[in-house]
Amino acid sequence: MLLDGFATALTPVNLLYALAGVTLGTLVGVLPGIGPAMTVALLLPITFNVPPAGAFIMFAGIYYGGMYGGSTTSILLNTPGESSSMITALEGNKMARRGRAAQALATAAIGSFVAGTIATGLLVVAAPLVVDFAISFGPEDYFALAVLAFTAVSSVLSRSVVRGLASLGFGLVIGLVGIDEQTGQARLTLGVPQLLGGIEVVVVAVGLFALGEALYVASRLRHGEPEIIPVGRAFLGRSDWSRSWRPWLRGTALGFPFGALPGGGAEIPTFLSYSIERRLARGVAREEYGRGAIEGVAGPEAANNASAAGTLVPLLTLGLPTSATAAIMLAAFQQYGLQPGPQLFDHNPALVWGMIASLFLGNAMLLVLNLPLAPVWAKVLHIPRPYLYAGIVLFAALGVYALNASWVDLVVLYVLGLLGFAMRCFGLPIAPAVIGMILGPMAEIQLRRALAIGAGDAAVLVRSPIAAALLALSLLALLTPLVRALVRRLLARRAGSR
Amino acid sequence: MRLRRLAVLAILPLAALTACGSGSATGTSALRIMAPASPGGGWDQTARTAEQALKSLDPSRKIEVYNVPGAGGTIGLSQLEREKGNGDLLMTMGLVMVGAVEQNKSQVTLADTTPVAKLVEEYELVVVPAESPHRTLADLVAAWKADPAKIAVAGGSAGGTDHIVAGLMAKAAGIDPKRVNYVAHSGGGEALNALLGNKVAMGVSGVGEFAEHVKSGRLRALGVSAPARIASVDAPTLKEAGLDVELANWRGFVAPRDLDEEAQKKLVDLVTKMHGSQAWKDAVAKNGWTDAFQAGKPFADFLAAEQIRIKAIIAEMGLVS
Repeated sequence: MLLDGFATALTPVNLLYALAGVTLGTLVGVLPGIGPAMTVALLLPITFNVPPAGAFIMFAGIYYGGMYGGSTTSILLNTPGESSSMITALEGNKMARRGRAAQALATAAIGSFVAGTIATGLLVVAAPLVVDFAISFGPEDYFALAVLAFTAVSSVLSRSVVRGLASLGFGLVIGLVGIDEQTGQARLTLGVPQLLGGIEVVVVAVGLFALGEALYVASRLRHGEPEIIPVGRAFLGRSDWSRSWRPWLRGTALGFPFGALPGGGAEIPTFLSYSIERRLARGVAREEYGRGAIEGVAGPEAANNASAAGTLVPLLTLGLPTSATAAIMLAAFQQYGLQPGPQLFDHNPALVWGMIASLFLGNAMLLVLNLPLAPVWAKVLHIPRPYLYAGIVLFAALGVYALNASWVDLVVLYVLGLLGFAMRCFGLPIAPAVIGMILGPMAEIQLRRALAIGAGDAAVLVRSPIAAALLALSLLALLTPLVRALVRRLLARRAGSR
Repeated sequence: MRLRRLAVLAILPLAALTACGSGSATGTSALRIMAPASPGGGWDQTARTAEQALKSLDPSRKIEVYNVPGAGGTIGLSQLEREKGNGDLLMTMGLVMVGAVEQNKSQVTLADTTPVAKLVEEYELVVVPAESPHRTLADLVAAWKADPAKIAVAGGSAGGTDHIVAGLMAKAAGIDPKRVNYVAHSGGGEALNALLGNKVAMGVSGVGEFAEHVKSGRLRALGVSAPARIASVDAPTLKEAGLDVELANWRGFVAPRDLDEEAQKKLVDLVTKMHGSQAWKDAVAKNGWTDAFQAGKPFADFLAAEQIRIKAIIAEMGLVS
């Protein structure tokens, strides 16, 4: 079946569509604000002139390309193009500053390829199993998942816990803005109707990261010459390979099921991957963490690409869209008169297998396109800072305005940019704010749904085995350092009294 | 001001490029359709189906569908207000928006728009998960009466059509509508997921969002809010099943206010032509919608009456303080 699919996908015209898709996807991934969902939506009209196989090949290419492209600016400029590549900036940008930009880009590209390929393979063999697991997730499970993600990312809260928590608090407050879904009441909107819909994650990420960074760099430019960043060698060394492959696989294992979860999203697996890699780091990696460890790029980048493939599981098997891009692809299916669902594989095998084959091809093409480009991209760092950051500010504003064509978004962007600047000046980490903004609303709404469904009985939160296991894991993660410290202190006291 | 002029200068060549081939002299300037909701929901489907049908009539026509999600569509409504006088913009809307305007105490109301046409009605389907012990609506209602808090009802946004139907059903069953344990979800997909995972006791949503899953056996349909049985799903009407509830979730188009006669007529004619196309008829049949076409003045009167009716229902259910 899959071979027939490759026969469908491997025509010159379809290869051209795949190339156009991944190129476009990489581009929109690089631009902050403009994401794959919007691009696919804008391209939806081509479904009238292009046969289904060609259109889906292109859409899938855009989706995968977008997931990859977001990493480039994260690594080079500390300005994530998509919220799912925010975590990549933490270690990736540090690597770039140490002259290892090309290696960071390469591990992101190869990791995306590996993850995309494995996850697409899983899509072929495990789709029905995974989808049953995905829909068995209830609100209490999502709540427990959010709690686990919170505890997992506590390791990125910087060395000063107070500063980390302050930043997290900013994020939680920003996440509250807008209409409360369960009651329909407006919160923290200051009477501005455009804020009723809440503030989009991408505006926060772009404002705090990109604008904050640009303002901070600008404020430091007068103080002497900035250090010249070496571009360095362009290839992954043997140690880079050996340090990357495990994080790629672990990232894939995290990303794929999360993509299939209707409330999972691409961000949470990147958080989890980052913290797992950090905890597992030994030797050189452990020392390098915080200064540019390749593991911190390899894992999350694999995770976000794998989650893109995971999203296709409920879409193809149930017709259930779990991300904005998937929702628009569902619309595209319907325009061809196809209803995704259990019958799709039986009724339109040529199309489905053609699309899956094209996912493999798109992935390979992404690698071919981006690997040679890594050293070229890395040269971006040679552009004089004033021009470079002026360009970033311009693209950030353009991208955010393109979201809703609303000037309110621009005001919010610049206010957040100033906040990001202030946070940098006072040494507050940026990542916890964005993490709080993503996880906070999810934790809140799922908790309230779980309690409503359980008629107010708090025991529902631990009644499901999944939720209980996830909560136990979070408790363990929280208590382990405490217990360890306590034991150490007790031992020391006993030794002292003797 | 200078900036704006610069922007216009920059955009002009672009506009000229896009207009190329379609010929603006024949009145086929780019049309934009706003779906004031996230992709995938009813308004989005309506907007994209309309886009398809219009393009089937004139393939060279430039049409852009865009989404302005949030707050039952009132965010989109307030954006429409800023486009007043623009005769190349349509917005999908419907019963839900009438309710949301009341609930959110929106500054802009539907009185501030130019009504264009009512297109379709969709009835609401009441379903339970396949694993549910309730075989009929009577079973479900008995359990609901025994303890309303135990029956969690999944549906769309708070105060929307699904919520109103749940409230009307409770009222008909003799349960205080304020005691309905309604769990709001954003978009059809989320509520569907809660039902497929057997997390909630019952679900209310449009026939189109559930029908496919009723056919595949993952959901059981207990009743439809129509006056008579409908073809797209095998279920009794709520009335037959014992609850005197009937509600059509209608959808249509409005345009920004302050349009002159000519611009209004152009939009009404366009939508009337679209309604006559085969592509539109096919899509209506496929989605289980019911044609309810009404354009221009009759629709304006209907919309005015509907605003009064919904305001009353929502107040009775205690959804507005």
